[in-house]
Amino acid sequence: MDIAINGENRSVSAKTVKELLESLDIDSKRVAVELNMEILPKADYLTRTIADGDRIEIVHFVGGG
Amino acid sequence: MANSDKLVIAGREFTSRLMVGTGKYASNEETARALEASGAQIITVAVRRVNLDRSKESLLDCIDLKKYTLLPNTAGCYTADDAVRTCRLAREAGMSDFVKLEVLGDEKTLFPENEELLKAAKILVKEGFTVLPYTSDDPIMCRKLEDIGCAAVMPLGAPIGSGLGIRNPYNIRIILETVKIPVIVDAGVGTASDAAIAMELGCHGVLMNTAIAGARNPVAMAEAMNLAVRAGRLAYLAGRIPRKLYATASSPLEGLLE
Repeated sequence: MDIAINGENRSVSAKTVKELLESLDIDSKRVAVELNMEILPKADYLTRTIADGDRIEIVHFVGGG
Repeated sequence: MANSDKLVIAGREFTSRLMVGTGKYASNEETARALEASGAQIITVAVRRVNLDRSKESLLDCIDLKKYTLLPNTAGCYTADDAVRTCRLAREAGMSDFVKLEVLGDEKTLFPENEELLKAAKILVKEGFTVLPYTSDDPIMCRKLEDIGCAAVMPLGAPIGSGLGIRNPYNIRIILETVKIPVIVDAGVGTASDAAIAMELGCHGVLMNTAIAGARNPVAMAEAMNLAVRAGRLAYLAGRIPRKLYATASSPLEGLLE
């Protein structure tokens, strides 16, 4: 399945958002995920499925003023 | 006097009136040491894409999150829509409603785009965010931000990262007389005396990043800012003497030798 993560095209086998974060070794507690411009509540990571062509943004906090 | 003096933002109490940014440091380790020396309890962070190859250690791994309230910013946003989106993402990532709202109007000056700022602030207040907006040193704008429900106003002292200090102390004074919410000078501080001046004017706090991170010794400057903010606040509470053009002798005139 081909999706775009943070603007990068990737082929993934994960079926849900939770599986996707695990496959990328990302701790879900410290990020926010946007699926096709919709911000997902953390409780939905387990159930929200990923489809071909999805656009996903995964953000976190970095140093800034 | 100083011990009972607290900064209250949206019902939350803080003993430190210095807020610091976490950008531009040489390393996460240096950030952590500077934060410690600053005594700050509120620290700003930016919201950015996760690096997918995960080669870099994250800032939050290096600091004690129990000690700090994170204040995510909307740095780099030029429209209300982008800023609102960033705040919503920040709330999901951090599980807190505190946001430093900035909507920029121009890359060269990084001055606020106040029309978009008001638009974004209205939406965010309605959605339950605790909004701390970075704005111009304009009393009318600050009053508008208070009227729509912002938790504080953060007028700039000078352009972000400029180190020019408090360029218009008279406007800051008028802002302090105009609004009842905390006034926090955000941006422009270059050195410790600038921070002290902001506090002596009666500001409730100061937020800075570059003045500390860009100093030759950031950890020492963080401590200097910690002391300056406390000294300035104490001087404000103590009440300074009026300025006079001519001298008044400090020693008694009686008993002078003849």
